[in-house]
Amino acid sequence: MGERRHEPRRPFWPVRNSGQLLLIAAAGVVLVASVAQTATEGVQDDRIAVAFGVLIAFGEVLRLNLPGDRESAPIGIAGALAYALLIQVGGEQVHTSAEQVITITAIGMIVGALPHLAVGRPAKVSSMATRLLCVAAVAFIYRPLAGSRAITSHWGLAFSLMTSLVLLALLLEAVLTALMRVEEQRARFKVALVDEMRVQLPLGAAVGASALLIAFAAETMGLAALAVFTAPLLLTQVAFRRYAGIRATYLQTVRALAKVTEIGGYVEPGHSERVSKLAVAVGRELGIHEPELLELEYAALMHDIGQLSLHDPIPGGATVLAAPHDQQRIAELGAEVIEKAQVLGSVAEIVRRQNEPYRGIEVAHEGRRGRHAAPPASAGPSGPPMGSRIIKAANAFDDLVGSSLDPDRSAAAVEQLRLDTVSEYDPDAIEALSRVVNRRSVIQL
Amino acid sequence: MARLSWPARLYIGAIVVAAAVLLIRGPFGDLAWWREVAVLGVLLVVFESTATLLRPKELAWSPSPIATLAAVVLVGPVGAALVGACTAFGLRRGPSAVQRVFNSGMLALSAYLAGEAFTAAHGHVGMPMSGSFPGIIGPFAVAAVVHAVSNHGLLGGVLWLTNGREAPGRRTSPGMSVELVVSDLGYGAFGLLIAALWNVTGLFAPVLVLIPVAVARWAVAQLVEQQRAYQAAVGALCQAVETKDLYTRGHSDRVSRGSVMIAREIGMRGERVEAIRYAGMLHDVGKLGVPTRVLQKTGKLTEEEYAAIQLHPMRGLDIVREIGFLDEALAGIMHHHERIDGRGYPMGLAGDEIPEFARILAVADAFDSMTSTRSYRGARPVEEAVAELRKWSGTQFDPAFVDAFVSAIMREGWQRSEPGAHARDLPAVPSLDHDDPGSPLRVIARPRHTEPAEPKSDPWSSPSRP
Repeated sequence: MGERRHEPRRPFWPVRNSGQLLLIAAAGVVLVASVAQTATEGVQDDRIAVAFGVLIAFGEVLRLNLPGDRESAPIGIAGALAYALLIQVGGEQVHTSAEQVITITAIGMIVGALPHLAVGRPAKVSSMATRLLCVAAVAFIYRPLAGSRAITSHWGLAFSLMTSLVLLALLLEAVLTALMRVEEQRARFKVALVDEMRVQLPLGAAVGASALLIAFAAETMGLAALAVFTAPLLLTQVAFRRYAGIRATYLQTVRALAKVTEIGGYVEPGHSERVSKLAVAVGRELGIHEPELLELEYAALMHDIGQLSLHDPIPGGATVLAAPHDQQRIAELGAEVIEKAQVLGSVAEIVRRQNEPYRGIEVAHEGRRGRHAAPPASAGPSGPPMGSRIIKAANAFDDLVGSSLDPDRSAAAVEQLRLDTVSEYDPDAIEALSRVVNRRSVIQL
Repeated sequence: MARLSWPARLYIGAIVVAAAVLLIRGPFGDLAWWREVAVLGVLLVVFESTATLLRPKELAWSPSPIATLAAVVLVGPVGAALVGACTAFGLRRGPSAVQRVFNSGMLALSAYLAGEAFTAAHGHVGMPMSGSFPGIIGPFAVAAVVHAVSNHGLLGGVLWLTNGREAPGRRTSPGMSVELVVSDLGYGAFGLLIAALWNVTGLFAPVLVLIPVAVARWAVAQLVEQQRAYQAAVGALCQAVETKDLYTRGHSDRVSRGSVMIAREIGMRGERVEAIRYAGMLHDVGKLGVPTRVLQKTGKLTEEEYAAIQLHPMRGLDIVREIGFLDEALAGIMHHHERIDGRGYPMGLAGDEIPEFARILAVADAFDSMTSTRSYRGARPVEEAVAELRKWSGTQFDPAFVDAFVSAIMREGWQRSEPGAHARDLPAVPSLDHDDPGSPLRVIARPRHTEPAEPKSDPWSSPSRP
């Protein structure tokens, strides 16, 4: 893979919002207190501390990006959790305090982050703080109990306690990350939490099981457990990284596919990109979950792809100005192109029905004949999918406003669309659009 | 696997008989030994049932070496062979009876060899204790390597005997099997872990190990799925090009295949072969930036129209630039109309200045164009097209790649577009192919100061710089 030259560089010290600052401050306080405590008491079992510190640093070097701009360091966090959960190493009792676990974990993380900083990849401090807090929670609960007779003599008790602590740590990470995303992307907390858990589940399960395995294996294998265990964990991570990589490439290909209409002069430059950004923002506002948001993004990027089959571009590329019959044909042709790219789920369906009135075709015609009939509360089963309705609204808005960011013009466009919510546009989508557009105007001012 | 050749039958038979002899000969252990064999056998069946299908349909990757390697440590060579033989009971639906029997024999044999290697390297068979570490790691690593090598060696043999010889294109690439060996070795470490945890957590060890294995398996499955999705997306991009220009139906695909043939012939690395495959698929994507009316125009082109056609490699670059591609593929797309003598477009590069990918694409591109039907001429026979390639090797094409392509065609043949389908489906609008070295594509108005047009008798004088 060539390096990503075209990706806009993240600032070295990105602007943070209050939630992130609070999180980082909390982690900082815990860390400072732990370092002070460890410094006064001295480091116990220093060979073990060094081994785990190296493993955590190694894991931090190999951290990976998961779909949806998430950062994860599975090997590092598995090592840190295992360190917090140790009972014996090679038959000898471990006397490590919770504070020491936190200190070693933090040192490992910072050392592991240095190579990333050296090549100009900024550290995502909030995500590191989240990981440190999760490890701290487990360490504070478990370390005081680790030496007790109940734990060392009852294998089953130790096992169930450790399992529940690992689950707690993973849950805590999901909650903290979801809270960050709520603030960053204006998603709803419940939606963000479910998405977070869904994305983290596979890797989280592997991390948790690995942490337990390392902690138990160290009893007989000693520190060799770390070396033996790193190999399979590394492979799991390589598979994950490649999966995330090809997923990114796939999105880039879809973007390229979308850009084709612009280069061919069928639509105004930037139209597909703007419609997709707007549609995703509206979808998030409506509480749509991440997998469907991704489909929405794909569909919005490719919503005009059917125009390629036209002999000559529509003047200005504004499909809203084309005859309804032609609009429908474009949508059908587009859906055909997308169906060729088989695995896109319901994307083709979303594109095919992007022009349909939200209450379904028959209902809409009746609606035009007798305006008095009260519209149903929600679209019937004949109505197009939510994604199509959002794209219809976002597309119409962009055709009216274009790349202009003028708040008055945007407000006028929203008003114009709102007039047509009896049958054409989904009122919910238009209201969400209006909120997104208002917010955008405020930021602009 | 309905019809097996006799060497394949002989090979499978030999492996199965060898495994059976080992299993019957023993020696076997006591009751506790049998219990461990049974548990590990069940574990192997579980692993085997969750095998992931890899791209060539017959080949599946399963984490079963974990169970056999644990058996190597816990119950020794014969026990490991017994565990390996449990493969036949896998609940996977795919394999036929012959495949099941062969897989069992193969795994039993490689487990036995791994067990022998383990003891030969002074590994102690039985439950590892605190004192066994780290000394046991060395013998275990030896056993894992022997297991992986014998397993993949035996598997490679049967693949080669059953379908490798007839269809060389469908052979699993060497890069892929190296990757499989490495992943087997890595996951093999779980085997040692199961053995080490056996006396701490008992049966929980295999259960705990199953989780990361399942996750890894999930990731591999996702990877395969995403690769498929990616290919489909690239396919859709090609399809979009071909809706614009009906004459080039299947062209991208064939150019891709031709470029891969050349790349393999000159011994290119697997990763670069993949890149050139995509480069071939997408080489004409820039045509989307050329107005349809120019692409399908009959007769001579005006200067502006010709300029629009000459721009298509640049447009292609604009479209695919942001795909996380090898940079080489991008360079190939951009320069596939350059000529060795420097009279190509868009930059007029000459000789070695032209990127390697572009020189390869140029050969496959021109060849496919010549062997396909065009409105103004029929498809040329392969021999004639080869002669033309040779004729222009050194002026338009890089001689090394022409030679490589010709010898690849001589060996594997060339699957051209079906002329019948074209004649029926296509509109009677004659349009000119810009890729066709012999097409009468010519600019009407040339700038006054350039040299006079080339002699008309020369069919190759086409796309030169105005």
